[in-house]
Amino acid sequence: MSRTWLRWLLLLSPLPAALTALQFGAYPISPGEIGLILWGPFGGVELPDHIINILWQVRLPRIFLAMLVGMALSASGTALQAIFRNPLVDAFILGLSAGAALGCALSVAFWPGLPIQVTAFLCSLLAAFLTFTLAHTRGEVPILSLILAGVIVSAFFSALVSMIKFLVDPHKLASIVFWLMGSLSLADWLAVRQAGPWIGLGCFLIWLGRWRLNALSMGDVEAKALGIEVSRERGLFLLAAALSVASAVSVSGIIGWVGLMVPHVVRMLAGPDHRWVVPLSMTLGATFLVLSDTVARTFTGGEIPVGIITTLAGAPFFIFLLKQRGQESWRT
Amino acid sequence: MIEVENLRLRLNGQPVLERVSLTARPGSVTVLLGPNGSGKTSLLLCLCAHYRPSQGEIRLCQQSLPSLSYRSLARLLAVVPQDHNPVFPYQVREVILLGRISRVGFFSQPTGRDYELVEDILALLQIQHLADKPYTRISGGERQLVLIGRCLAQEPQVLLLDEPTNHLDFKNQYAILKLIKELARQRNLTFLMTLHDPNMALLFADHVILLAEGRIVSQGHPLEVITPENMAAIYHLDVEMVAAGPRRLVCPKNI
Repeated sequence: MSRTWLRWLLLLSPLPAALTALQFGAYPISPGEIGLILWGPFGGVELPDHIINILWQVRLPRIFLAMLVGMALSASGTALQAIFRNPLVDAFILGLSAGAALGCALSVAFWPGLPIQVTAFLCSLLAAFLTFTLAHTRGEVPILSLILAGVIVSAFFSALVSMIKFLVDPHKLASIVFWLMGSLSLADWLAVRQAGPWIGLGCFLIWLGRWRLNALSMGDVEAKALGIEVSRERGLFLLAAALSVASAVSVSGIIGWVGLMVPHVVRMLAGPDHRWVVPLSMTLGATFLVLSDTVARTFTGGEIPVGIITTLAGAPFFIFLLKQRGQESWRT
Repeated sequence: MIEVENLRLRLNGQPVLERVSLTARPGSVTVLLGPNGSGKTSLLLCLCAHYRPSQGEIRLCQQSLPSLSYRSLARLLAVVPQDHNPVFPYQVREVILLGRISRVGFFSQPTGRDYELVEDILALLQIQHLADKPYTRISGGERQLVLIGRCLAQEPQVLLLDEPTNHLDFKNQYAILKLIKELARQRNLTFLMTLHDPNMALLFADHVILLAEGRIVSQGHPLEVITPENMAAIYHLDVEMVAAGPRRLVCPKNI
């Protein structure tokens, strides 16, 4: 298949994924009924209220949220891989997710008055800054140092989260623990409204600067020679990544693998030019998380945390693609 | 045009460059020659604003270097890096297109004119057949051409090259330097590059600057600078001048 076709396929993939996801669940709804209900506001519908409610109040917000979170994780993963010229990182590995989790926990435990997104964003930004400062030596960010720094910062922030868990009362503990498992089961329209604009803003910034990611991925000296204000622009992308990741974590907890895997899959399928990788990562990330979440909520009687599904689905697919045509897309 | 006056650079307290003054003119090729560690690359990094000299002045086309942002600097001056370690296998066409990034707005994308320019450059360098290849999968000589192409896409007045003949085979070394000289003449560009081989400088340079231990030992016409005395002084090597047709080259004596 040609690259152009693949690009369009990836770009449009969230639509069929969402329509598929709408059908499945504890109460199956047929495509015909879905059509009727979605058409509902524009014409008379003869369907029982509970079906309409399941679709509008349960499935649609959850699918929307899954798309937003998938988009946030993949877009930030793409940006982070490019600005650190390191194909092995994403928000999870660099500690941005752990930082956001600490922010959420702080907000739930001690400052219920503060919006969760704000504390999550600030802590996530702090984590990103710490990781970068730890790894940055003599004008370079070596690949392994960066990963090690991310591990250290992640561990540190996770320890702080554990400390909070230990300190808070059992009622709040339950909600923090549930959060950190990484699940979309709390999705409703409120969550979409709270996280949506910030994820949108972060992703929009990354999308606007997508061509500049090509230049930043050439390394500091070369990017400067090409006319890039490296520290300022890298900071801007970090900010955008932290913004969208923190908002995602604040509504869905920590979901791993998406941000690392999706950009790679896109690069392998559609080439490494970030002018394409950024938008396609967003759509493929949305598709991937919607489908994973559908599996998570239907595979067994209960709910499996979606993070388990993303890892189970992601790892083998990743290995398969790597073996097929991977060599050239992540040579370091 | 590059004008450097009385430049001094210290890195980690160590003097790297002392009292360096030079001029590189449009339409000509200026070559920096000197042993390893003589400060050639450091000098280039000062010129592209990567290092900040502790003293002295650098002017590019009559503009003082510290007054320029990276963005306006990139419109005046382009740099061909010495070793290039790409992480992502961009297509050759995409790499050359990146040269345009200082010419478009901060959040803008390249437009029709940028793409046309890239096609012109591909044609000029005769590398159209490489356009769609990943530039991690082409030979060293081809990659050097692509990086020169990216510099031309910046439409600069001044080009800096750090050992452009490094890792190239016998034929490609001459091909690249010939191309550089033609570009300098045809487009009235200022080329400043470092080289290791004095014979290459004798064949292609208009102006040679001899650097040793961070100081300029001699500069001027290649034949006036690359003399047995100077070679002995900076390389501690006995050489003699030999005639090759109308040209003169250097050859070590005791081998």
